[in-house]
Amino acid sequence: MTTTTPPTTAAQQFALRRHSPLQRVQHLLHAHPAISPFLVLVISFVVFSTLNPRFASPNSLSLVLQQVAVIGALAVGQTLIILTAGIDLSVGAVAILAMMLAAKLAEGQGLPGALAIALAIAVGAAAGALNGALVTRLKLPPFIVTLGTLSVFTALGLLYSEGQSVQATDLPAVLSWTGESFPVGRFRITVGVVAVVLLYLAVGFALAKTAWGRHVYAVGDDKEAARLAGIRVDRVLLSVYVVAGAIYGITAWILIGRAGAASPNAITDANLESITAVVIGGTSLFGGRGAVLGTLLGALIVGFFRSGLSLAGVDDQYRVLAVGLLVILAVAVDQWIRKVRS
Amino acid sequence: MIQRIGRRRAALLVAAAAATGMVVSGCGDSSGGGSGDGDKSVAVSLITKNSTNPFFVTMQQGAKKAAEAEGVKLTVAAGKEDGDEAGQVQAIEDAIARGDAGILITPNGPGVNPAIKKARDAGLYVIALDTPPDPANTVDITFATDNFKAGELIGKWTATQLAGKPATIALLDLFNDKVVSVDYNRDQGFLTGMGIDTADQKKNGDEAKTGSYSGGSYTIACNEPTNGAEDGGRTAMENCLTKNPDINVVYTINEPAAVGAHKALQAAGKTQGVLVVSVDGGCDGVRQVKDGVIGATSQQYPLKMAELGVQAIKKIANDGEKPKVSEGLDFFDTGVSLVTDKAATGVESITSADGAQRCWG
Repeated sequence: MTTTTPPTTAAQQFALRRHSPLQRVQHLLHAHPAISPFLVLVISFVVFSTLNPRFASPNSLSLVLQQVAVIGALAVGQTLIILTAGIDLSVGAVAILAMMLAAKLAEGQGLPGALAIALAIAVGAAAGALNGALVTRLKLPPFIVTLGTLSVFTALGLLYSEGQSVQATDLPAVLSWTGESFPVGRFRITVGVVAVVLLYLAVGFALAKTAWGRHVYAVGDDKEAARLAGIRVDRVLLSVYVVAGAIYGITAWILIGRAGAASPNAITDANLESITAVVIGGTSLFGGRGAVLGTLLGALIVGFFRSGLSLAGVDDQYRVLAVGLLVILAVAVDQWIRKVRS
Repeated sequence: MIQRIGRRRAALLVAAAAATGMVVSGCGDSSGGGSGDGDKSVAVSLITKNSTNPFFVTMQQGAKKAAEAEGVKLTVAAGKEDGDEAGQVQAIEDAIARGDAGILITPNGPGVNPAIKKARDAGLYVIALDTPPDPANTVDITFATDNFKAGELIGKWTATQLAGKPATIALLDLFNDKVVSVDYNRDQGFLTGMGIDTADQKKNGDEAKTGSYSGGSYTIACNEPTNGAEDGGRTAMENCLTKNPDINVVYTINEPAAVGAHKALQAAGKTQGVLVVSVDGGCDGVRQVKDGVIGATSQQYPLKMAELGVQAIKKIANDGEKPKVSEGLDFFDTGVSLVTDKAATGVESITSADGAQRCWG
């Protein structure tokens, strides 16, 4: 933005005009989209701990982390897909399918634990590849593709498992290892929470620091421009769906540890909840703008609202209402930021 | 740029509208379509709440077996999920169109009542299984577990086990965003069994938060929804423990919820001295009683409900003889037994070994 040469053209003079405070906020948010969810998180933390001091206790905050782990992990994959201007309605169904296949095969003295986890990740990636292939080869809109595969994967998972849960006690111990907890200071952290943090770091790094990451943003921002710039758009899209699917497979592992069973009835609203986390986190539904850090904040905000309002003795429906308002607010802010003129 | 977004957003809206249509019309989920033309055999539709819960899967199996034995043509349909009324309405309309003799249904909510009325007006005999509709006379008769009694049994057992100690109770219900009879009957039955005044017997959570039960004083720490699944049970129990760490009695709507609650108790290091009770009697649940995860559970018999239902409709179609309700109830009671390995005096129960012989799923 800053130039050493004095402004000569009208455009340059326009760029250097004085900004109103509101415009400055707009510019700031444009450069750092994670600021607004971060502010909401901080404010909700202050409000909820004032309403009930127990909210801020390490014990209660540890629980919030554990409660958002599963949706938080799914939301990493969802963020990748939304960054490409897509949407994935099949997230939960893919995770359940991967989980039930792995758990059924590992039940009793079946498949060894490590292999079962690898299988879950592979099934997730394969399901993602199917979504990706339908989007890139048949040129179908992601909304419709994943709406279809949502039903397909849900049905397959139920048919295969016959609607039955597999108890963690019947599974190799490593499958529920993600539910083991250990103390960190006065907090209690589960292996699953650590896995989610690693997931965010890995995907955050890949998006910000690798060529692949830049390509994902480019494809999401303007497919045609990306193609003209020499990016193999279809290949990037397909890779995004495969990576997201693999992440759902990893989430299946985290879910078994948390629930104490592999149940085909778990995480029924995972698709909407993960999209909510992504949107509140400031990632644009129209693609090309956003980051996984925002999604993490978005997932935490929803967790804070659930726990905070419950501790304040407020009916759970007000949480649903508040989260709905937040989504609308977040999208409105996104639209406003998009209007920024550089 | 802006124009492009506009167009894309419009496309999204159209897609969403189309999707809504697809979801609604996709709910019928009927399998094993009946031909029904010119065929004199009796046709019956079984419409369950969903086709995923092992309880309903067992029910479907029971109905299929009975249909085969009785030579009845059976069509199985289900809601997409618990609470999906639209899907069930469509399945009822299908049954009317097919000319079935009767419908066996576990209604998902009051939204299916008008469709049931339409079916009865068209001459179909409608039997509710497991869940009586509200009002109960919407259907011809209900074959069900007495869910209130199921709750009462575990409530009495809990009160006896506590032997006068103060009770700090967590109530892990099914929903908090819709009212379902199973939900309040089990919850309120449990409290009644404990000797707690429930105020409105059809409303969860309106009872006094503190007071005295049959053996001593009680505190209700929370009413939390679980969706009847493990992950929901865990979150609910965590929230309850945050509100009140001294919980020593945990009522759960079903056994998957109890498993999740147990995980939360375990993580908090609080499994000792906490009584977890549940309702259902699925094979996994009975095993959890044996393993000490669940103290006591009330076992119900879905296989029997479905078999009796199919037989009843065949009988009506053939000679018009209608089934009658159990004495003192407004439905036919298919029975419930308390399964526990710590028998309490004055509360009839069977052991987990006996329960395992009769479990479902």
